[in-house]
Amino acid sequence: MKVVAWLGRHRGATLAALVIVAALVAFRSSVPIWGGCTNNLNICANVITIGLFQGMIVALIAIGYTLVYGILQLINFANGDVFMLGTVITLIGVRVAGLDDDSPVVSILLTFAILLPLTMLITAGLNAGIEAAVYRPLRRAPTLATLITAIGMSFILQNVGLLLNGPSPVSLPTLLPKDNIIGPGGLFELGAIELKTSHLFVSAITLPLLAGLIWFVRNTRQGKAMRATSQDREAAGLMGIDVNRTISLTFLLAGALAGGAGVVVALYLGTAYWFFGTPFGLLAFTAAVFGGIGNLAGATIGGVFLGILISLNAYYLDTRWQDVIVFSILILVLVLRPTGLLAEKASERA
Amino acid sequence: MSAATEPSGGRFRGLRVAVGDPRRQVRIVAALIVVTIVYAFLYNDLRQGALKPLFETLPFPSVNTLIIMCYYAILALGLNIVVGFAGLLDLGYVAFYVFGAYTTAFLASPLHDIHMPWWIVVWIAVMVAALAGVLLGAPTLRLRGDYLAIVTLGFGEILPDLARNLGEIDLSFIGGPKDFNLTAGPIGVNPIDPPIIPIPDFIGSALGGLGIDVGDALVFSNLNPVASFYLILVLLLIVFGVCVRLRDSRLGRAWMAIREDETAAASMGIDTVSTKLLAFGLGASFSGFTGAFFGAYSTAIFPDSFSFAVSISILIMIVLGGMGSLRGAVVGAFAIRYLSDELLPYLGGFVDEPVRSVGSALPEIPILTQRLEAFTLTSYNFLLYGVILILMMLYRPEGLLPVATRKAELHGEGVAAESTFGTADEVAEAATAYEASIHDLEAGTPGALSPDSDDERRSGP
Repeated sequence: MKVVAWLGRHRGATLAALVIVAALVAFRSSVPIWGGCTNNLNICANVITIGLFQGMIVALIAIGYTLVYGILQLINFANGDVFMLGTVITLIGVRVAGLDDDSPVVSILLTFAILLPLTMLITAGLNAGIEAAVYRPLRRAPTLATLITAIGMSFILQNVGLLLNGPSPVSLPTLLPKDNIIGPGGLFELGAIELKTSHLFVSAITLPLLAGLIWFVRNTRQGKAMRATSQDREAAGLMGIDVNRTISLTFLLAGALAGGAGVVVALYLGTAYWFFGTPFGLLAFTAAVFGGIGNLAGATIGGVFLGILISLNAYYLDTRWQDVIVFSILILVLVLRPTGLLAEKASERA
Repeated sequence: MSAATEPSGGRFRGLRVAVGDPRRQVRIVAALIVVTIVYAFLYNDLRQGALKPLFETLPFPSVNTLIIMCYYAILALGLNIVVGFAGLLDLGYVAFYVFGAYTTAFLASPLHDIHMPWWIVVWIAVMVAALAGVLLGAPTLRLRGDYLAIVTLGFGEILPDLARNLGEIDLSFIGGPKDFNLTAGPIGVNPIDPPIIPIPDFIGSALGGLGIDVGDALVFSNLNPVASFYLILVLLLIVFGVCVRLRDSRLGRAWMAIREDETAAASMGIDTVSTKLLAFGLGASFSGFTGAFFGAYSTAIFPDSFSFAVSISILIMIVLGGMGSLRGAVVGAFAIRYLSDELLPYLGGFVDEPVRSVGSALPEIPILTQRLEAFTLTSYNFLLYGVILILMMLYRPEGLLPVATRKAELHGEGVAAESTFGTADEVAEAATAYEASIHDLEAGTPGALSPDSDDERRSGP
């Protein structure tokens, strides 16, 4: 009954939704993506599954944006470039360890047991250092001043990446086996779905990090301090929370997640590139806005949604439309529902 | 600094208004313009003739660089209306540049086989860009500052992408061709008709008699940089004059009122929506204007020349010069373009080799050694931009040539020194007296909030 009452209150929206659904059914074949997807559900399911894993990576970066925005109301442009440095550090680590295509599994695993925490530590320290050096003095400056500073920081980090990694994308050796886990040759078959070891690797790193972060923010004393600071910085200070330390912690966490995402992307895509920060950063920021900026679960869901969307686009349309689609979503969400799709009612910031 | 407060009259009133400062400065600027005009005219002769050694050792700007400096100055002036006057951060200013450039490409190139004269096309381009500004602005301008910044960034990314992707549009569903070519795709539009002024025969032959061969038309393309430079210089002066008049107009004051406090401006009777839209539309039209010049002058445009980096470099120009300051925008544009087009390559000539040899001399460090050995200073252009942005925001947020009010505001000094209420000291005195009286009142009112806590609340983020 509640559903009927709700539909009654939103008659216009309901009607529009019905029209859209009817149109999707009637003109199925001429609607891009939807048409291709409904023609062969098996392939479509595979494309969506692959998108899911890409989405987990996007979610890791998106959480960095959402954490920082929640606490400082700052769009930290540099976050994407901290992630990029994560890929570059991974590349350097792999070179230093001397890994190549034929390295034994044990040495690969051992290298990553060291490289992942190390990269996360470096990017976390870097992110917190940036905050202390350039954002903190601007704490009382207008928002736009801090935003412009963040853009400047992003350029500086890009150039560090350029210095370390050179002007063109650099390939890593293939370290993740391409064997199927699910699908032909794997443990079992499930429709047309093909899950590879690299996908398993992506989820083995991203899921614990995502879950750990959400647990940390929800359940620990420091997490509580972060939430309090993001609600009202001054009141939190009056309650005895060390605001500067809490903000530093937020940047540490955001940087660590971005670094983790860097390691995952470097291995999954097998490339490190000084310009990675911009496309991934914008994708992640869109995901954060989509889920309601400041909202951790929202950023995760937004990331997964966008990951699936770009995967569908790459298979059924063309990757050259990716930016147009992502930015159109960003603009539409900001214009129509700036609080995001999963907005927390209390945080009417927009 | 306001021109409106000066006594009117005098022979050079128009010019003085256009430059916006006392007579002495006008003379300096006019002299500089004359020097540049002569310099551009003699550039080739000087470079290859008498001053050859000097030109080879010092980074004198080429005429092409001067042209780039000028049209970036127009772009900076346009963005200054949006960001500096109205306080709306636009990170996708390049979107309107795309509109201007592609309108020119559509109407004056073999792409669609339309060849309209540039002198008409430019106005169409301006109108298209202004319309685009209003249309894109209408739904987005109610967003708060940083969200607006992101939405404009989105537009700035989408438009070059559309230009890149709309080379083959499937129009078969309305009975059109399957690969309709609207924008020529990633290869860009090449060639585009440059602006042309036909020279009547009698003038041509008269000048020919004096030994000057001018041909049958004056073409403003990159093959004829001197003439193009004069054209863009005239355009820059016109645009600067328009900006001064806008700043001192009712509209300009409304923009600044909105920038300072939108709610207060609205309660003073300013229609904030249409005023902000006008800022967006006018700013966009300047960008369209420059786009039309850029397309026609370079006779080719490519989607890749309209990147986020262009939007940001224009923003850096006005941040460097001082937001809201017209002189600042022009000087900022000149400085940044000169820096990246002339000074960095020049300095690179000194720095690159030593850095490379240091790289080879050091013990082998994986990757870094290789990078140092291939060091080129010019690739680190954006490092410099980043450093400029951060240093300006941290140490001189009002810019190098700030407007008096903004400087005062950012450094917590009194109200503008040239305020109609009197000198800064008088105003400060009156303010202190007023505050004292408020303190007295509040001290005598039981239960009133203490002034301190009130201040705290207001100064919050």
